[in-house]
Amino acid sequence: MGQALHDLWYGFGVALMPNHLMWSVFGVLLGNLIGVLPGMGALTAISMLLPLTYVIAPVPAILMLAGIFYGSMYGGAIGAILLNLPSHPPHAVTCIDGYPMTQQGRGGAALGVTMMASFFAASVGILIMIFMSPVLEVVAFKFGPTEISAIMLLGLLAGATMSRGSPLKGVAMTVFGLFVGTIGTDVISGTQRYTFGINELSDGIDLAALSLGLFGIADFLVTINRKVIKASDAKVRMRDMRPTRAELKQSFFPMLRGTAVGCLFGAMPGTGPTITTFIAYALERKIAKDPSRFGKGAIEGVAAPEAAAHSKTQVDFIPTMSLGIPGDAVMALLLGALIIKGIQPGPQMISEHPDIFWGLIASFWIGNVLLIILNVPMIGVWVKLLQVPYKLLYPSALFFICIGVYSTHNSLFDVLEVAAFGIVGAVFLALDFPMAPIVLGYVLGPLLEENFRRAMLLARGDLTVYLTRPIAAWIIGACTLLILAQVFSYFRRLRVPKPLSSEELMVE
Amino acid sequence: MKPLRRFNKDRVSAVILILIGVGIIAQGVGYRMGALTRMGAGFIPVVLGTLLALAGLAIGLTAEPGDFGDQKTAPTEWRGWLCVLGGVLAFVVLGGYGGLVPATFFSVFIAAMGDKGNSVRGSLLLSAGITIAGIVIFIFGLKMTFPLFTWG
Repeated sequence: MGQALHDLWYGFGVALMPNHLMWSVFGVLLGNLIGVLPGMGALTAISMLLPLTYVIAPVPAILMLAGIFYGSMYGGAIGAILLNLPSHPPHAVTCIDGYPMTQQGRGGAALGVTMMASFFAASVGILIMIFMSPVLEVVAFKFGPTEISAIMLLGLLAGATMSRGSPLKGVAMTVFGLFVGTIGTDVISGTQRYTFGINELSDGIDLAALSLGLFGIADFLVTINRKVIKASDAKVRMRDMRPTRAELKQSFFPMLRGTAVGCLFGAMPGTGPTITTFIAYALERKIAKDPSRFGKGAIEGVAAPEAAAHSKTQVDFIPTMSLGIPGDAVMALLLGALIIKGIQPGPQMISEHPDIFWGLIASFWIGNVLLIILNVPMIGVWVKLLQVPYKLLYPSALFFICIGVYSTHNSLFDVLEVAAFGIVGAVFLALDFPMAPIVLGYVLGPLLEENFRRAMLLARGDLTVYLTRPIAAWIIGACTLLILAQVFSYFRRLRVPKPLSSEELMVE
Repeated sequence: MKPLRRFNKDRVSAVILILIGVGIIAQGVGYRMGALTRMGAGFIPVVLGTLLALAGLAIGLTAEPGDFGDQKTAPTEWRGWLCVLGGVLAFVVLGGYGGLVPATFFSVFIAAMGDKGNSVRGSLLLSAGITIAGIVIFIFGLKMTFPLFTWG
């Protein structure tokens, strides 16, 4: 405990260094800006700025990316509440009650409550991160390649089956992502895999190219001329953002419960923030005295999911940093950025790179304070930004995508990869496949393969090692449970004729 | 803009996944397979290809026949598709044989023309604006090495 506080103090020292602070502020601002823009979410924001991190030092790079991440989450809530437009899937729930509040003229209050809930939840999440990480570090040292590969499998399975839509499609996309990760030179034997003699492919697929293709170009292809995104005429001024006393009282306990749900799920690798927000929302509706209010502008339905998303986000950094297992696609991108910087997240990371780990934690707090300070006076600007029409936005974004990907390796071939993955992504999107598991698989693929091959080498090809080593056995047990739960729910759905629950309807 | 023929999304998905899976396996067996003790480069890809094909098969088998319930039929949007992809390709081609200025200008212009709401004049203005902004940000701001004009 004392040690943790001491380390945190050190972290603040790192995060407050002018150079670091500058990048952190830059990231938060930019993230907020991109998050507000219609159709742009955290994933697009991070992938677009990923190339920039290649030229700056590791610590400011990761501080900036993290800033973009939670900045865009704050920004996304604005679009969700004022425009009924979830740019980042976790905000889909916020729309349900946030938008009706806007229609009733209480959009400002909804934003105010969102910010309070977010800040509170993020703070709790950060505290948990501080005190849990050293514990997890001790546990993590007991992890050999067998355990690491087992928990990666668990993370991938959870990510695949608990995302939106059909679990089978999620699994398929995870496997596809794992395959994309194998393209290039095999690290162990040096064999060129799936390069088809193309020289540029020997370094593998570029992370920025993959994610911008899937989340940028593919999205343009699906959206263009199809979705009419109407501009918001909502006017929100600073003083509108203060919730009434009754609204505050109403949202206090939902905020606490949302935070708790987020923390609980944050510790589980592979469960994305979207599912967390849905659970928080469902919980509120279940325990509400008058559930019929939900969907018509109940402030609890805004406070709880937003709190859950933010505490989940913070707690999510624990498995990402200490085990190297990202919770969702955004975390996977952050992890990828770290690996590119030559930093291997995992048990050793906290002791080997304390500046990154503790600096990051401290910067979370600084960033969240900054966001509160920024968002309140700048709400008018954000609302203006919401009125930028999509027809001007996407060609501009397309250029930033192209030049961003080009700048990673000064390679035009990478830009071609973007186009290719744009097409692949659009086809999969049209067939209702989820996109996020691809990135998760891509980032984890090489790590999983390396650890699995090493584990098998150590065990002389004996697969039962996954059942004889106790920690691995527990994890494999959890995997089995996850699969059984899916099979069970499939057969139950077969028997009952299509009871589409409102949750399923809400998930697009 | 005639609507796409109605099709069963799950069955199409199944066919695509199985094709990709089989393709991965076919190529993967060419790399050294090895055994579990000492896996070759081809081992994991072949496993992945198999899993992908199996997932495809499962999706195909569980697809409810003739159920078009919530399967939206979206109209084809060739102009939009071609312009978005054309914008990216223009950047690649003109970036190599033209330089940053023409690459930026034409990629934004072509992409903008994909939206039915954009006029030629508006698109030209937008591309000019983005070109100037791009040069300021990337060449002067971030000191990127990308020739403004080049001939191959």
